[in-house]
Amino acid sequence: MSQTATVDLVRARADFPILATEANGHPLVYLDNAATSQKPQAVLDVLDHFWKTENANVHRGVHYLSQLATRDFDRARETVRLFLNASSSREVILTKGCTEGINLVAGCLAGSPAYPGAPKIGEGDEILLSTMEHHSNIVPWQILAQRVGATVRPIPITDEGEIDLEAYRSMLKSGRVKMVGIVHVSNSLGTVNPIKEMVALAHEVGALTLIDGAQAGPHRLIDVQDIDADFYTLSCHKIYAPTGVGILYGKRSLLDALPPYHGGGDMIHTVSFEKTTYAALPAKYEAGTPNIAGMIGLGAAIDYLISLGGASPLSTDAERRQALGRAFDAVGEREHLLMAAATDRLLEIPGLRITGTVPGKAGIVSFTLASAHPHDIGTILDQSGIAIRAGHHCCMPLMRRLGVSATARASFAFYNTFEEVDFLAQGVERVTELFS
Amino acid sequence: MNADLRELYQDIILDHNRHPRNRGRLDGSHRQAEGHNPLCGDNVTVYIQTENDRVTQVAFEGQGCAISTASASMMTLAVQGKTLSEAEKIFREFQSMVTETGDAQPHPDLGDLEVLAGVREYPVRIKCATLPWHTLHAALTGGGEVSTE
Repeated sequence: MSQTATVDLVRARADFPILATEANGHPLVYLDNAATSQKPQAVLDVLDHFWKTENANVHRGVHYLSQLATRDFDRARETVRLFLNASSSREVILTKGCTEGINLVAGCLAGSPAYPGAPKIGEGDEILLSTMEHHSNIVPWQILAQRVGATVRPIPITDEGEIDLEAYRSMLKSGRVKMVGIVHVSNSLGTVNPIKEMVALAHEVGALTLIDGAQAGPHRLIDVQDIDADFYTLSCHKIYAPTGVGILYGKRSLLDALPPYHGGGDMIHTVSFEKTTYAALPAKYEAGTPNIAGMIGLGAAIDYLISLGGASPLSTDAERRQALGRAFDAVGEREHLLMAAATDRLLEIPGLRITGTVPGKAGIVSFTLASAHPHDIGTILDQSGIAIRAGHHCCMPLMRRLGVSATARASFAFYNTFEEVDFLAQGVERVTELFS
Repeated sequence: MNADLRELYQDIILDHNRHPRNRGRLDGSHRQAEGHNPLCGDNVTVYIQTENDRVTQVAFEGQGCAISTASASMMTLAVQGKTLSEAEKIFREFQSMVTETGDAQPHPDLGDLEVLAGVREYPVRIKCATLPWHTLHAALTGGGEVSTE
Protein backbone atom coordinates (compact mmCIF):
# COMPACT_ATOMS: atom_id res chain seq x y z
CA MET A 1 0.00 0.00 0.00
CA SER A 2 2.93 2.31 0.46
CA GLN A 3 3.68 5.00 -2.08
CA THR A 4 7.08 3.49 -2.69
CA ALA A 5 5.81 0.00 -3.41
CA THR A 6 7.59 -1.45 -6.40
CA VAL A 7 5.48 -2.95 -9.11
CA ASP A 8 6.52 -6.55 -9.70
CA LEU A 9 5.52 -7.26 -13.27
CA VAL A 10 7.73 -10.33 -13.59
CA ARG A 11 5.70 -12.06 -10.91
CA ALA A 12 2.46 -10.75 -12.44
CA ARG A 13 2.91 -13.08 -15.41
CA ALA A 14 1.73 -15.94 -13.20
CA ASP A 15 -1.61 -14.14 -12.83
CA PHE A 16 -2.46 -15.06 -16.45
CA PRO A 17 -3.26 -18.78 -16.62
CA ILE A 18 -3.26 -19.01 -20.41
CA LEU A 19 0.39 -17.99 -20.54
CA ALA A 20 1.30 -21.34 -18.98
CA THR A 21 -0.33 -23.31 -21.80
CA GLU A 22 1.14 -24.72 -24.99
CA ALA A 23 0.50 -24.00 -28.67
CA ASN A 24 1.45 -26.58 -31.30
CA GLY A 25 3.45 -28.49 -28.72
CA HIS A 26 5.52 -25.52 -27.59
CA PRO A 27 5.09 -23.15 -24.66
CA LEU A 28 2.78 -20.37 -25.80
CA VAL A 29 4.62 -17.16 -26.70
CA TYR A 30 1.81 -14.66 -26.97
CA LEU A 31 2.90 -11.59 -28.92
CA ASP A 32 -0.46 -10.57 -30.37
CA ASN A 33 -1.46 -8.30 -27.53
CA ALA A 34 -2.48 -5.45 -29.81
CA ALA A 35 -5.22 -7.74 -31.14
CA THR A 36 -6.41 -8.75 -27.70
CA SER A 37 -4.83 -9.13 -24.29
CA GLN A 38 -4.94 -12.18 -22.07
CA LYS A 39 -7.01 -12.13 -18.89
CA PRO A 40 -5.73 -12.31 -15.33
CA GLN A 41 -7.16 -14.81 -12.86
CA ALA A 42 -8.69 -11.91 -10.91
CA VAL A 43 -10.95 -11.10 -13.87
CA LEU A 44 -11.82 -14.76 -14.46
CA ASP A 45 -12.71 -15.14 -10.77
CA VAL A 46 -14.97 -12.10 -10.78
CA LEU A 47 -16.78 -13.36 -13.90
CA ASP A 48 -17.19 -16.80 -12.38
CA HIS A 49 -18.51 -15.29 -9.16
CA PHE A 50 -20.91 -13.05 -11.04
CA TRP A 51 -22.45 -15.85 -13.12
CA LYS A 52 -22.70 -18.19 -10.15
CA THR A 53 -23.95 -15.82 -7.49
CA GLU A 54 -25.12 -12.46 -8.87
CA ASN A 55 -26.54 -12.92 -12.34
CA ALA A 56 -29.64 -10.78 -12.87
CA ASN A 57 -30.66 -7.85 -15.01
CA VAL A 58 -29.69 -4.39 -13.81
CA HIS A 59 -31.60 -1.22 -13.04
CA ARG A 60 -35.04 -2.78 -13.04
CA GLY A 61 -35.44 -5.62 -10.58
CA VAL A 62 -36.47 -4.99 -7.01
CA HIS A 63 -35.11 -8.33 -6.01
CA TYR A 64 -31.95 -9.30 -4.21
CA LEU A 65 -29.91 -10.53 -7.18
CA SER A 66 -30.79 -7.57 -9.35
CA GLN A 67 -29.64 -5.25 -6.61
CA LEU A 68 -26.32 -7.09 -6.31
CA ALA A 69 -25.77 -7.01 -10.08
CA THR A 70 -26.75 -3.32 -10.27
CA ARG A 71 -24.44 -2.43 -7.41
CA ASP A 72 -21.43 -4.08 -9.05
CA PHE A 73 -22.34 -2.81 -12.52
CA ASP A 74 -22.54 0.79 -11.28
CA ARG A 75 -19.39 0.34 -9.23
CA ALA A 76 -17.55 -0.82 -12.34
CA ARG A 77 -18.62 2.32 -14.19
CA GLU A 78 -17.22 4.38 -11.36
CA THR A 79 -13.95 2.44 -11.64
CA VAL A 80 -13.83 3.24 -15.37
CA ARG A 81 -14.42 6.90 -14.55
CA LEU A 82 -11.37 6.77 -12.31
CA PHE A 83 -9.41 4.93 -15.01
CA LEU A 84 -10.07 7.78 -17.46
CA ASN A 85 -10.10 10.55 -14.86
CA ALA A 86 -13.45 11.68 -16.26
CA SER A 87 -15.18 14.26 -14.08
CA SER A 88 -18.42 12.25 -13.93
CA SER A 89 -19.41 8.64 -14.50
CA ARG A 90 -22.28 10.03 -16.61
CA GLU A 91 -19.63 10.67 -19.24
CA VAL A 92 -18.75 6.97 -19.32
CA ILE A 93 -20.88 5.12 -21.89
CA LEU A 94 -20.70 1.34 -22.12
CA THR A 95 -20.53 0.09 -25.72
CA LYS A 96 -19.79 -3.26 -27.25
CA GLY A 97 -16.38 -2.08 -28.37
CA CYS A 98 -14.25 0.80 -29.51
CA THR A 99 -15.79 0.50 -32.98
CA GLU A 100 -19.31 0.98 -31.66
CA GLY A 101 -18.23 4.06 -29.73
CA ILE A 102 -16.94 5.70 -32.90
CA ASN A 103 -20.05 4.68 -34.85
CA LEU A 104 -22.19 6.12 -32.08
CA VAL A 105 -20.51 9.52 -32.29
CA ALA A 106 -20.46 9.56 -36.10
CA GLY A 107 -24.10 8.45 -36.25
CA CYS A 108 -25.31 11.08 -33.80
CA LEU A 109 -23.38 13.83 -35.58
CA ALA A 110 -25.55 13.28 -38.67
CA GLY A 111 -28.00 15.44 -36.77
CA SER A 112 -31.73 15.28 -36.20
CA PRO A 113 -34.42 17.90 -36.93
CA ALA A 114 -35.60 17.35 -33.36
CA TYR A 115 -32.21 18.55 -32.08
CA PRO A 116 -31.64 21.83 -33.94
CA GLY A 117 -29.10 23.10 -31.41
CA ALA A 118 -26.93 19.98 -31.33
CA PRO A 119 -23.52 19.87 -32.99
CA LYS A 120 -23.70 18.21 -36.38
CA ILE A 121 -21.70 17.50 -39.50
CA GLY A 122 -23.37 18.54 -42.72
CA GLU A 123 -22.86 19.22 -46.39
CA GLY A 124 -19.46 20.64 -47.26
CA ASP A 125 -18.03 20.01 -43.80
CA GLU A 126 -14.68 18.28 -43.46
CA ILE A 127 -13.62 15.41 -41.25
CA LEU A 128 -9.84 15.07 -40.78
CA LEU A 129 -8.40 11.64 -40.01
CA SER A 130 -4.77 10.61 -39.87
CA THR A 131 -3.48 8.25 -42.54
CA MET A 132 -2.58 5.74 -39.83
CA GLU A 133 -6.14 5.28 -38.54
CA HIS A 134 -7.59 1.82 -38.03
CA HIS A 135 -10.51 1.12 -40.36
CA SER A 136 -12.80 1.55 -37.36
CA ASN A 137 -11.87 5.24 -37.24
CA ILE A 138 -12.23 5.68 -41.01
CA VAL A 139 -15.29 3.81 -42.20
CA PRO A 140 -17.86 5.25 -39.72
CA TRP A 141 -16.83 8.72 -40.88
CA GLN A 142 -17.06 7.74 -44.54
CA ILE A 143 -20.57 6.43 -43.92
CA LEU A 144 -21.47 9.71 -42.21
CA ALA A 145 -19.84 11.75 -44.98
CA GLN A 146 -21.83 9.90 -47.64
CA ARG A 147 -25.01 10.41 -45.70
CA VAL A 148 -24.67 14.16 -45.20
CA GLY A 149 -22.43 15.25 -48.07
CA ALA A 150 -19.32 15.90 -45.97
CA THR A 151 -15.73 15.10 -46.97
CA VAL A 152 -13.17 12.88 -45.22
CA ARG A 153 -9.61 14.14 -45.65
CA PRO A 154 -6.52 12.14 -44.62
CA ILE A 155 -3.81 13.93 -42.65
CA PRO A 156 -0.48 12.86 -44.17
CA ILE A 157 2.25 11.05 -42.25
CA THR A 158 6.02 10.88 -42.64
CA ASP A 159 7.94 7.83 -43.83
CA GLU A 160 8.88 7.11 -40.21
CA GLY A 161 5.22 6.96 -39.26
CA GLU A 162 4.60 10.33 -37.65
CA ILE A 163 1.70 12.68 -38.31
CA ASP A 164 2.76 15.65 -40.42
CA LEU A 165 1.73 18.42 -38.04
CA GLU A 166 2.51 21.18 -40.53
CA ALA A 167 0.13 19.62 -43.02
CA TYR A 168 -2.43 19.20 -40.24
CA ARG A 169 -2.21 22.86 -39.30
CA SER A 170 -2.72 23.95 -42.86
CA MET A 171 -5.67 21.55 -43.36
CA LEU A 172 -7.34 23.06 -40.30
CA LYS A 173 -7.30 26.45 -42.03
CA SER A 174 -9.91 25.44 -44.60
CA GLY A 175 -12.58 26.82 -42.30
CA ARG A 176 -14.74 23.75 -42.92
CA VAL A 177 -13.24 21.24 -40.47
CA LYS A 178 -15.89 20.01 -38.04
CA MET A 179 -14.26 16.86 -36.71
CA VAL A 180 -10.74 15.53 -36.18
CA GLY A 181 -10.32 11.82 -35.46
CA ILE A 182 -6.90 10.57 -34.33
CA VAL A 183 -5.61 7.30 -33.02
CA HIS A 184 -3.79 7.80 -29.71
CA VAL A 185 -1.36 4.91 -30.30
CA SER A 186 -1.10 3.36 -33.75
CA ASN A 187 -1.92 -0.35 -33.78
CA SER A 188 0.39 -0.95 -36.75
CA LEU A 189 3.33 1.29 -36.01
CA GLY A 190 3.25 1.90 -32.27
CA THR A 191 3.49 5.64 -32.89
CA VAL A 192 2.19 7.67 -29.94
CA ASN A 193 0.52 10.69 -31.47
CA PRO A 194 0.69 14.20 -29.95
CA ILE A 195 -3.03 14.15 -29.30
CA LYS A 196 -3.13 16.88 -26.69
CA GLU A 197 -1.55 19.34 -29.09
CA MET A 198 -3.73 18.14 -31.98
CA VAL A 199 -6.90 18.45 -29.91
CA ALA A 200 -5.98 22.00 -28.90
CA LEU A 201 -5.33 22.94 -32.53
CA ALA A 202 -8.66 21.47 -33.59
CA HIS A 203 -10.48 23.34 -30.85
CA GLU A 204 -8.92 26.60 -32.03
CA VAL A 205 -10.89 26.27 -35.26
CA GLY A 206 -14.02 25.04 -33.50
CA ALA A 207 -13.70 21.41 -34.59
CA LEU A 208 -14.73 18.49 -32.41
CA THR A 209 -12.20 15.76 -31.63
CA LEU A 210 -12.38 12.02 -31.17
CA ILE A 211 -9.39 10.06 -29.95
CA ASP A 212 -9.30 6.32 -30.64
CA GLY A 213 -7.67 5.00 -27.49
CA ALA A 214 -7.87 1.30 -28.38
CA GLN A 215 -4.10 0.78 -28.15
CA ALA A 216 -3.47 3.38 -25.46
CA GLY A 217 -5.81 2.08 -22.77
CA PRO A 218 -3.87 -1.12 -22.03
CA HIS A 219 -0.48 0.56 -21.78
CA ARG A 220 -0.60 4.09 -20.44
CA LEU A 221 -2.38 6.26 -17.92
CA ILE A 222 -5.17 8.21 -19.59
CA ASP A 223 -6.50 11.51 -18.36
CA VAL A 224 -9.38 12.65 -20.53
CA GLN A 225 -9.61 15.99 -18.77
CA ASP A 226 -5.97 16.71 -19.51
CA ILE A 227 -6.24 15.55 -23.14
CA ASP A 228 -9.44 17.61 -23.45
CA ALA A 229 -10.74 15.54 -26.39
CA ASP A 230 -14.49 15.72 -26.87
CA PHE A 231 -14.71 11.96 -27.27
CA TYR A 232 -12.33 9.15 -26.32
CA THR A 233 -12.94 5.48 -27.02
CA LEU A 234 -11.59 2.31 -25.40
CA SER A 235 -11.45 -1.31 -26.51
CA CYS A 236 -11.67 -3.12 -23.20
CA HIS A 237 -10.76 -6.65 -24.26
CA LYS A 238 -7.33 -5.16 -24.91
CA ILE A 239 -7.30 -3.93 -21.28
CA TYR A 240 -7.37 -7.47 -19.83
CA ALA A 241 -11.21 -7.44 -19.70
CA PRO A 242 -13.66 -9.68 -21.62
CA THR A 243 -14.56 -9.18 -25.28
CA GLY A 244 -17.73 -7.29 -26.16
CA VAL A 245 -16.94 -4.36 -23.89
CA GLY A 246 -16.00 -0.88 -25.03
CA ILE A 247 -16.15 2.52 -23.46
CA LEU A 248 -17.08 5.80 -25.04
CA TYR A 249 -16.09 8.83 -23.03
CA GLY A 250 -17.80 12.02 -24.12
CA LYS A 251 -17.98 15.47 -22.62
CA ARG A 252 -21.25 15.72 -20.79
CA SER A 253 -22.40 18.91 -22.52
CA LEU A 254 -22.01 17.19 -25.91
CA LEU A 255 -23.60 13.89 -24.93
CA ASP A 256 -26.49 15.82 -23.40
CA ALA A 257 -26.95 17.86 -26.58
CA LEU A 258 -26.64 15.12 -29.19
CA PRO A 259 -29.64 13.08 -30.35
CA PRO A 260 -30.02 9.51 -29.10
CA TYR A 261 -28.36 6.60 -30.92
CA HIS A 262 -30.07 3.24 -30.46
CA GLY A 263 -33.62 3.29 -29.17
CA GLY A 264 -35.03 0.73 -26.78
CA GLY A 265 -35.45 -0.15 -23.18
CA ASP A 266 -33.43 1.57 -20.46
CA MET A 267 -32.63 4.63 -22.60
CA ILE A 268 -36.05 6.26 -22.13
CA HIS A 269 -37.65 8.46 -19.56
CA THR A 270 -41.25 8.02 -20.70
CA VAL A 271 -42.66 6.41 -23.83
CA SER A 272 -45.90 7.21 -25.58
CA PHE A 273 -46.93 7.09 -29.21
CA GLU A 274 -47.25 10.86 -29.13
CA LYS A 275 -43.90 11.69 -27.57
CA THR A 276 -41.05 9.74 -26.04
CA THR A 277 -38.53 11.39 -23.77
CA TYR A 278 -35.10 10.07 -23.07
CA ALA A 279 -33.21 9.06 -19.98
CA ALA A 280 -30.35 11.07 -18.55
CA LEU A 281 -26.75 10.05 -19.20
CA PRO A 282 -25.34 7.47 -19.34
CA ALA A 283 -28.57 5.49 -19.84
CA LYS A 284 -29.51 7.66 -22.86
CA TYR A 285 -26.84 5.86 -24.88
CA GLU A 286 -27.26 2.38 -23.44
CA ALA A 287 -30.41 0.92 -24.96
CA GLY A 288 -31.25 -2.63 -24.03
CA THR A 289 -29.70 -4.94 -21.49
CA PRO A 290 -26.03 -4.03 -21.32
CA ASN A 291 -23.09 -6.41 -21.17
CA ILE A 292 -23.38 -6.62 -17.40
CA ALA A 293 -20.80 -9.33 -16.81
CA GLY A 294 -18.44 -7.66 -19.26
CA MET A 295 -18.67 -4.33 -17.48
CA ILE A 296 -18.08 -5.96 -14.11
CA GLY A 297 -15.14 -7.84 -15.67
CA LEU A 298 -13.75 -4.53 -16.88
CA GLY A 299 -14.02 -3.13 -13.38
CA ALA A 300 -12.10 -6.17 -12.15
CA ALA A 301 -9.42 -5.70 -14.80
CA ILE A 302 -8.88 -2.09 -13.75
CA ASP A 303 -8.88 -3.15 -10.09
CA TYR A 304 -6.20 -5.67 -11.03
CA LEU A 305 -4.02 -2.93 -12.54
CA ILE A 306 -4.62 -0.82 -9.45
CA SER A 307 -3.57 -3.76 -7.28
CA LEU A 308 -0.30 -4.01 -9.26
CA GLY A 309 0.30 -0.40 -8.26
CA GLY A 310 -0.27 -1.21 -4.60
CA ALA A 311 -3.84 -0.08 -3.85
CA SER A 312 -7.09 -1.98 -3.38
CA PRO A 313 -10.78 -1.34 -4.13
CA LEU A 314 -11.02 -0.14 -0.53
CA SER A 315 -8.39 2.58 -1.01
CA THR A 316 -9.47 6.16 -1.62
CA ASP A 317 -9.98 7.36 -5.18
CA ALA A 318 -6.82 9.40 -4.99
CA GLU A 319 -4.82 6.39 -3.80
CA ARG A 320 -6.29 4.20 -6.53
CA ARG A 321 -5.53 6.73 -9.25
CA GLN A 322 -1.95 7.06 -7.95
CA ALA A 323 -1.59 3.28 -7.89
CA LEU A 324 -2.86 3.12 -11.46
CA GLY A 325 -0.24 5.69 -12.39
CA ARG A 326 2.50 3.60 -10.74
CA ALA A 327 1.29 0.46 -12.49
CA PHE A 328 1.27 2.14 -15.89
CA ASP A 329 4.70 3.69 -15.30
CA ALA A 330 6.05 0.20 -14.72
CA VAL A 331 4.02 -1.31 -17.58
CA GLY A 332 5.21 1.37 -19.99
CA GLU A 333 8.83 0.94 -18.99
CA ARG A 334 8.78 -2.84 -19.25
CA GLU A 335 6.98 -2.87 -22.59
CA HIS A 336 9.43 -0.32 -23.91
CA LEU A 337 12.38 -2.49 -22.87
CA LEU A 338 10.79 -5.56 -24.46
CA MET A 339 10.12 -3.65 -27.67
CA ALA A 340 13.63 -2.20 -27.73
CA ALA A 341 15.18 -5.65 -27.17
CA ALA A 342 13.03 -7.13 -29.93
CA THR A 343 13.97 -4.29 -32.26
CA ASP A 344 17.69 -4.85 -31.63
CA ARG A 345 17.47 -8.60 -32.05
CA LEU A 346 15.33 -8.45 -35.17
CA LEU A 347 17.48 -5.84 -36.89
CA GLU A 348 20.39 -8.31 -36.75
CA ILE A 349 18.51 -10.49 -39.21
CA PRO A 350 19.51 -9.78 -42.82
CA GLY A 351 16.66 -8.54 -45.01
CA LEU A 352 14.48 -7.54 -42.08
CA ARG A 353 12.95 -4.09 -42.12
CA ILE A 354 10.98 -2.46 -39.31
CA THR A 355 8.02 -0.33 -40.22
CA GLY A 356 7.34 2.49 -37.79
CA THR A 357 10.47 3.93 -36.24
CA VAL A 358 9.24 6.99 -34.39
CA PRO A 359 11.09 7.60 -31.12
CA GLY A 360 9.03 6.93 -28.00
CA LYS A 361 6.73 4.49 -29.73
CA ALA A 362 4.68 1.91 -27.85
CA GLY A 363 5.43 -1.82 -27.56
CA ILE A 364 4.68 -2.74 -31.15
CA VAL A 365 7.20 -4.01 -33.71
CA SER A 366 5.94 -4.27 -37.28
CA PHE A 367 8.36 -5.84 -39.70
CA THR A 368 8.80 -7.32 -43.13
CA LEU A 369 11.36 -9.72 -44.57
CA ALA A 370 12.77 -9.42 -48.05
CA SER A 371 12.47 -13.19 -48.53
CA ALA A 372 9.16 -14.10 -46.91
CA HIS A 373 5.64 -12.72 -46.85
CA PRO A 374 4.19 -11.86 -43.41
CA HIS A 375 1.71 -14.75 -43.65
CA ASP A 376 4.49 -17.22 -44.14
CA ILE A 377 6.31 -15.69 -41.18
CA GLY A 378 3.13 -16.00 -39.11
CA THR A 379 2.57 -19.65 -40.01
CA ILE A 380 6.18 -20.65 -39.36
CA LEU A 381 6.31 -18.85 -35.99
CA ASP A 382 2.99 -20.42 -35.04
CA GLN A 383 4.52 -23.86 -35.47
CA SER A 384 6.87 -22.90 -32.63
CA GLY A 385 4.03 -21.67 -30.45
CA ILE A 386 4.69 -18.00 -31.20
CA ALA A 387 1.55 -15.94 -31.85
CA ILE A 388 2.00 -12.80 -33.91
CA ARG A 389 -0.28 -10.97 -36.31
CA ALA A 390 0.30 -10.88 -40.06
CA GLY A 391 -1.63 -8.75 -42.48
CA HIS A 392 -2.72 -5.18 -43.01
CA HIS A 393 -3.86 -4.74 -39.38
CA CYS A 394 -7.09 -3.08 -40.53
CA CYS A 395 -4.98 -0.16 -41.80
CA MET A 396 -5.09 -0.51 -45.58
CA PRO A 397 -4.56 3.21 -46.29
CA LEU A 398 -1.51 3.17 -44.02
CA MET A 399 -0.09 0.08 -45.72
CA ARG A 400 -0.53 1.74 -49.11
CA ARG A 401 1.17 4.89 -47.83
CA LEU A 402 4.13 2.85 -46.57
CA GLY A 403 4.32 0.85 -49.75
CA VAL A 404 3.78 -2.56 -48.17
CA SER A 405 0.87 -4.94 -48.65
CA ALA A 406 1.19 -6.39 -45.18
CA THR A 407 3.52 -6.62 -42.20
CA ALA A 408 4.23 -9.09 -39.45
CA ARG A 409 3.55 -7.54 -36.06
CA ALA A 410 4.77 -8.52 -32.62
CA SER A 411 2.97 -6.57 -29.91
CA PHE A 412 4.01 -6.75 -26.28
CA ALA A 413 2.26 -6.68 -22.95
CA PHE A 414 3.89 -6.31 -19.57
CA TYR A 415 3.60 -10.05 -18.94
CA ASN A 416 5.90 -10.91 -21.84
CA THR A 417 9.51 -11.86 -21.12
CA PHE A 418 12.92 -11.25 -22.64
CA GLU A 419 13.17 -14.98 -23.22
CA GLU A 420 10.12 -14.67 -25.46
CA VAL A 421 11.88 -11.92 -27.38
CA ASP A 422 14.68 -14.43 -28.04
CA PHE A 423 12.17 -17.06 -29.18
CA LEU A 424 10.71 -14.53 -31.58
CA ALA A 425 14.08 -13.64 -33.06
CA GLN A 426 15.10 -17.30 -33.35
CA GLY A 427 11.78 -18.04 -35.04
CA VAL A 428 12.26 -15.29 -37.58
CA GLU A 429 15.79 -16.57 -38.23
CA ARG A 430 14.30 -19.98 -39.04
CA VAL A 431 11.99 -18.29 -41.54
CA THR A 432 14.92 -16.68 -43.32
CA GLU A 433 16.76 -20.01 -43.39
CA LEU A 434 13.79 -21.74 -44.98
CA PHE A 435 13.29 -19.02 -47.54
CA SER A 436 16.96 -18.29 -48.26
CA MET B 1 12.62 -26.94 -39.28
CA ASN B 2 9.94 -29.36 -38.24
CA ALA B 3 8.48 -31.96 -40.54
CA ASP B 4 5.00 -30.37 -40.66
CA LEU B 5 6.43 -27.15 -41.98
CA ARG B 6 8.54 -28.94 -44.56
CA GLU B 7 5.35 -30.66 -45.67
CA LEU B 8 3.78 -27.23 -46.26
CA TYR B 9 6.83 -25.46 -47.62
CA GLN B 10 8.15 -28.13 -49.96
CA ASP B 11 11.09 -27.28 -52.19
CA ILE B 12 8.93 -27.03 -55.27
CA ILE B 13 6.72 -24.46 -53.52
CA LEU B 14 9.71 -22.45 -52.37
CA ASP B 15 11.11 -22.61 -55.89
CA HIS B 16 7.90 -21.30 -57.48
CA ASN B 17 7.74 -18.58 -54.82
CA ARG B 18 11.28 -17.49 -55.57
CA HIS B 19 10.95 -17.80 -59.33
CA PRO B 20 7.29 -17.49 -60.25
CA ARG B 21 6.47 -18.67 -63.77
CA ASN B 22 4.31 -16.55 -66.06
CA ARG B 23 4.30 -13.63 -63.73
CA GLY B 24 3.41 -10.30 -65.22
CA ARG B 25 0.78 -8.54 -67.21
CA LEU B 26 -0.50 -10.10 -70.42
CA ASP B 27 -1.32 -7.23 -72.72
CA GLY B 28 -4.28 -7.76 -74.99
CA SER B 29 -5.48 -10.76 -73.01
CA HIS B 30 -8.93 -12.01 -73.91
CA ARG B 31 -10.02 -12.67 -70.39
CA GLN B 32 -8.91 -11.37 -67.04
CA ALA B 33 -10.13 -11.19 -63.47
CA GLU B 34 -8.99 -9.75 -60.18
CA GLY B 35 -8.97 -11.65 -56.94
CA HIS B 36 -8.72 -10.15 -53.51
CA ASN B 37 -8.43 -11.60 -50.03
CA PRO B 38 -9.89 -8.93 -47.73
CA LEU B 39 -8.57 -10.69 -44.65
CA CYS B 40 -4.94 -10.20 -45.55
CA GLY B 41 -5.00 -7.65 -48.36
CA ASP B 42 -3.47 -10.03 -50.89
CA ASN B 43 -4.50 -9.52 -54.47
CA VAL B 44 -3.93 -11.27 -57.77
CA THR B 45 -4.87 -10.59 -61.37
CA VAL B 46 -5.11 -13.48 -63.81
CA TYR B 47 -4.81 -12.91 -67.57
CA ILE B 48 -5.80 -15.47 -70.17
CA GLN B 49 -5.36 -15.62 -73.93
CA THR B 50 -7.60 -18.09 -75.70
CA GLU B 51 -7.86 -19.53 -79.18
CA ASN B 52 -10.72 -21.79 -80.18
CA ASP B 53 -11.70 -22.44 -76.58
CA ARG B 54 -8.15 -23.32 -75.68
CA VAL B 55 -5.95 -21.46 -73.19
CA THR B 56 -2.93 -20.41 -75.22
CA GLN B 57 -1.34 -18.13 -72.65
CA VAL B 58 -1.93 -17.42 -69.01
CA ALA B 59 -0.19 -15.06 -66.61
CA PHE B 60 -0.71 -13.53 -63.19
CA GLU B 61 0.45 -10.57 -61.20
CA GLY B 62 -0.14 -9.43 -57.67
CA GLN B 63 1.12 -9.64 -54.15
CA GLY B 64 0.84 -12.61 -51.89
CA CYS B 65 2.54 -15.09 -49.65
CA ALA B 66 4.64 -18.06 -50.75
CA ILE B 67 1.60 -20.34 -50.82
CA SER B 68 -0.46 -18.03 -52.98
CA THR B 69 2.44 -17.12 -55.28
CA ALA B 70 3.46 -20.76 -55.78
CA SER B 71 -0.15 -21.77 -56.29
CA ALA B 72 -0.61 -19.09 -58.96
CA SER B 73 2.66 -19.95 -60.65
CA MET B 74 1.91 -23.68 -60.78
CA MET B 75 -1.62 -22.96 -61.87
CA THR B 76 -0.42 -21.13 -64.96
CA LEU B 77 1.64 -24.16 -65.97
CA ALA B 78 -1.24 -26.52 -65.28
CA VAL B 79 -3.84 -24.79 -67.43
CA GLN B 80 -1.65 -23.63 -70.29
CA GLY B 81 -2.70 -25.38 -73.51
CA LYS B 82 -5.81 -26.86 -71.91
CA THR B 83 -9.33 -26.35 -73.25
CA LEU B 84 -11.57 -24.10 -71.17
CA SER B 85 -13.51 -27.06 -69.84
CA GLU B 86 -10.31 -28.94 -68.98
CA ALA B 87 -9.07 -25.88 -67.10
CA GLU B 88 -12.36 -25.71 -65.23
CA LYS B 89 -11.98 -29.37 -64.32
CA ILE B 90 -8.47 -28.79 -62.94
CA PHE B 91 -9.85 -25.87 -60.91
CA ARG B 92 -12.51 -28.09 -59.37
CA GLU B 93 -10.09 -30.90 -58.64
CA PHE B 94 -7.61 -28.50 -57.01
CA GLN B 95 -10.41 -27.01 -54.97
CA SER B 96 -11.48 -30.40 -53.68
CA MET B 97 -7.88 -31.43 -52.93
CA VAL B 98 -7.22 -28.48 -50.59
CA THR B 99 -10.60 -28.56 -48.90
CA GLU B 100 -11.37 -32.27 -48.56
CA THR B 101 -11.46 -33.65 -45.06
CA GLY B 102 -10.35 -37.05 -43.85
CA ASP B 103 -7.42 -38.96 -45.29
CA ALA B 104 -5.66 -37.32 -48.20
CA GLN B 105 -6.80 -38.71 -51.54
CA PRO B 106 -4.45 -39.08 -54.49
CA HIS B 107 -4.93 -36.50 -57.25
CA PRO B 108 -2.67 -37.77 -60.00
CA ASP B 109 -4.31 -35.46 -62.58
CA LEU B 110 -2.96 -32.47 -60.69
CA GLY B 111 0.70 -33.46 -61.11
CA ASP B 112 3.03 -31.09 -59.27
CA LEU B 113 0.07 -29.26 -57.79
CA GLU B 114 -0.30 -32.15 -55.37
CA VAL B 115 2.45 -30.60 -53.25
CA LEU B 116 -0.06 -27.95 -52.22
CA ALA B 117 -2.25 -30.57 -50.53
CA GLY B 118 -0.34 -29.88 -47.30
CA VAL B 119 -2.20 -26.59 -46.96
CA ARG B 120 -5.22 -28.59 -45.76
CA GLU B 121 -3.54 -28.78 -42.37
CA TYR B 122 -3.51 -24.98 -42.10
CA PRO B 123 -7.14 -23.85 -42.36
CA VAL B 124 -6.33 -20.14 -42.37
CA ARG B 125 -3.95 -20.63 -45.27
CA ILE B 126 -6.29 -22.53 -47.60
CA LYS B 127 -7.57 -19.26 -49.03
CA CYS B 128 -4.00 -18.30 -49.87
CA ALA B 129 -3.79 -21.35 -52.12
CA THR B 130 -7.24 -20.98 -53.64
CA LEU B 131 -7.28 -17.23 -54.35
CA PRO B 132 -5.48 -17.54 -57.73
CA TRP B 133 -7.76 -20.41 -58.70
CA HIS B 134 -10.97 -18.58 -57.87
CA THR B 135 -9.60 -15.72 -59.91
CA LEU B 136 -8.83 -18.06 -62.80
CA HIS B 137 -12.33 -19.44 -62.55
CA ALA B 138 -13.76 -15.90 -62.68
CA ALA B 139 -11.64 -15.14 -65.74
CA LEU B 140 -12.75 -18.35 -67.47
CA THR B 141 -16.40 -17.67 -66.76
CA GLY B 142 -16.56 -14.06 -67.80
CA GLY B 143 -14.14 -11.98 -65.74
CA GLY B 144 -14.79 -9.53 -62.99
CA GLU B 145 -13.71 -9.54 -59.41
CA VAL B 146 -13.66 -12.24 -56.80
CA SER B 147 -13.16 -12.17 -53.09
CA THR B 148 -12.30 -15.10 -50.90
CA GLU B 149 -14.34 -13.97 -47.94
